Amino acid sequence: MAGMVEKRGAGYWMTHLGLIIGLLFIFFPIWLAFVASTVSQPEIVKPPMPLLPGDQFFENYRKALFSGINAPVALMMLNSLVMALGIAFGKIVISLLSAFAIVYFKFPGRRLFFWLIFLTLMLPVEVRIVPTYQVVANFGMLNSYSGLILPLIASATATFLFRQFFMTVPDELAEAARVDGARPMRFFWDILLPMSRTNIAALFVILFIYGWNQYLWPLLITTDPSMNTIVMGIKQMFPSGDDIADWPVIMATSILAMIPPVIVVISMQKLFIRGLVDSEK
Amino acid sequence: MATVSLNGIKKTFGKIDVIHGIDVEIEDGEFIVIVGPSGCGKSTLLRMVAGLETVTEGEIKIGGARVNDREPMDRDIAMVFQNYALYPHMSVFDNMAYGLKIAGTPKAEIAERVNEAATLLQLSDYLQRRPRELSGGQRQRVAMGRAIVRKPSVFLFDEPLSNLDAKLRVQMRLEIKQLQRRLGVTSLYVTHDQVEAMTLADRMIVMNGGRADQIGAPLEVYANPQTEFVAGFIGSPPMNFLPSEIEPDAPEGARTLGVRPEHLRIASSGTPATVVYSEALGAETLVHVTLPQGGQATVRQDAVIPLPAEGAAVHLEWNATDRFFFDAEGRRR
Repeated sequence: MAGMVEKRGAGYWMTHLGLIIGLLFIFFPIWLAFVASTVSQPEIVKPPMPLLPGDQFFENYRKALFSGINAPVALMMLNSLVMALGIAFGKIVISLLSAFAIVYFKFPGRRLFFWLIFLTLMLPVEVRIVPTYQVVANFGMLNSYSGLILPLIASATATFLFRQFFMTVPDELAEAARVDGARPMRFFWDILLPMSRTNIAALFVILFIYGWNQYLWPLLITTDPSMNTIVMGIKQMFPSGDDIADWPVIMATSILAMIPPVIVVISMQKLFIRGLVDSEK
Repeated sequence: MATVSLNGIKKTFGKIDVIHGIDVEIEDGEFIVIVGPSGCGKSTLLRMVAGLETVTEGEIKIGGARVNDREPMDRDIAMVFQNYALYPHMSVFDNMAYGLKIAGTPKAEIAERVNEAATLLQLSDYLQRRPRELSGGQRQRVAMGRAIVRKPSVFLFDEPLSNLDAKLRVQMRLEIKQLQRRLGVTSLYVTHDQVEAMTLADRMIVMNGGRADQIGAPLEVYANPQTEFVAGFIGSPPMNFLPSEIEPDAPEGARTLGVRPEHLRIASSGTPATVVYSEALGAETLVHVTLPQGGQATVRQDAVIPLPAEGAAVHLEWNATDRFFFDAEGRRR
């Protein structure tokens, strides 16, 4: 045993010490938010701020979930969930199909279309937000799920990722399917899609979080509190003027906002890692 | 099963002519090997028969019907690919059943046909495995099984053995031959390996630069090559090519004299040569020599004949009936 410790040396312990300090450093604000969500308003305002959880946990969370400040947090979470899932699935479906078209079909302007899609990478939502707002408003999609989801669905990144993956699939596989009698969509459905499932899982994680964390776009197009998403809803909870901020409820909302992305990451982790470990080609 | 006929087949990629016109009539049940160096157009020719490449000019008939404009699945063919092209996410059973499933074959019949093919190919124990859990030879068998279950009129093989190690290749070669004999299905087999061509073919098509230099039974092609290319490509070690001036009675227009290594003998008199080195292979010995007129030659002799020393001056002789003369264009004289 002593030998093992010696072999590891001081570097081993120093590394762990460094990592633990880093972890605590990052975790501390989250801990503070959690503590703040379990105490009462006067306790937060009175310095020094408490560092251990109080007894208001159920009270604060019940208040946040079912009444909230502008809208119940449960409703905002549902809105966020619909938006995040809509964006993730929409992006995956559209980019799978467009990558399939670009890789497997020879049509005039194929390269042009690819580069056009690729170009949109340089135009994030924030850059094209005014014209996009105009379009969405003209379609009458303000304060609606379609208005929240549709403008964010087109995705160059995911298209590019699937294109790269499809290009590593041997041509002979497509030819074998053709000899077997599979029409293009059948090949896509029976062979390409199952082969991309680990890529799809990985993308789903990334895109769900991307959708969940959208802030500027929902802030712009939802004026009705019942359509607020949770991430922008937190900001809406801050009072304007001299009103007192209800910090315990805001902090409870923050903690609640973190939970779904964490669940997605943890539950998809296995599939994600399996995708990286066994390559099936 | 079916006959296959190719009439004046040409293929052009953009401005590049890849195949310059191939005519061949393939009998029902015949095993045809298309052999040639890489880039000679042999795979392109096979892919045109499969329907994976369009035909620029000419006509392909399978079973008497023109198939130029038919999709691969409507040509009644099955193909075995070089890297097997097995669907990685499907079990062996599903891989073999996929074509039948698409064709809408009843489930019971699919199971019956797949099991039959699996028994034939000794794959019965592996039906539930994924391709990645199989060895190279087993994957090769699955690829053949996928072709067999469809009961096609024509088998197409695109260098199916080139990914296997040497020993397995010999074994699979025998299996393919036996299988083809047993099923009696017309087969086209592409390879760059002249040994495979010699051993498998009923007839072979030797291709060179997009042309069929010679079409014939293996031994006939070996004994009577029509061009210098065929003479050099078929046979291992390859035929020796010497300047034709060595022979005083060379025919008019001949530029090259070809003699196969087994027809050369080291003798006490004849054409002088110098031994460069010898390779003893056990049953036989290859003696490499250079000639004063320029050029090198290989003599293949029985191992019981003593080895000449390196650098020794020797004489070569051969029978007049074992000579081949070729002109400047490489055609037989």
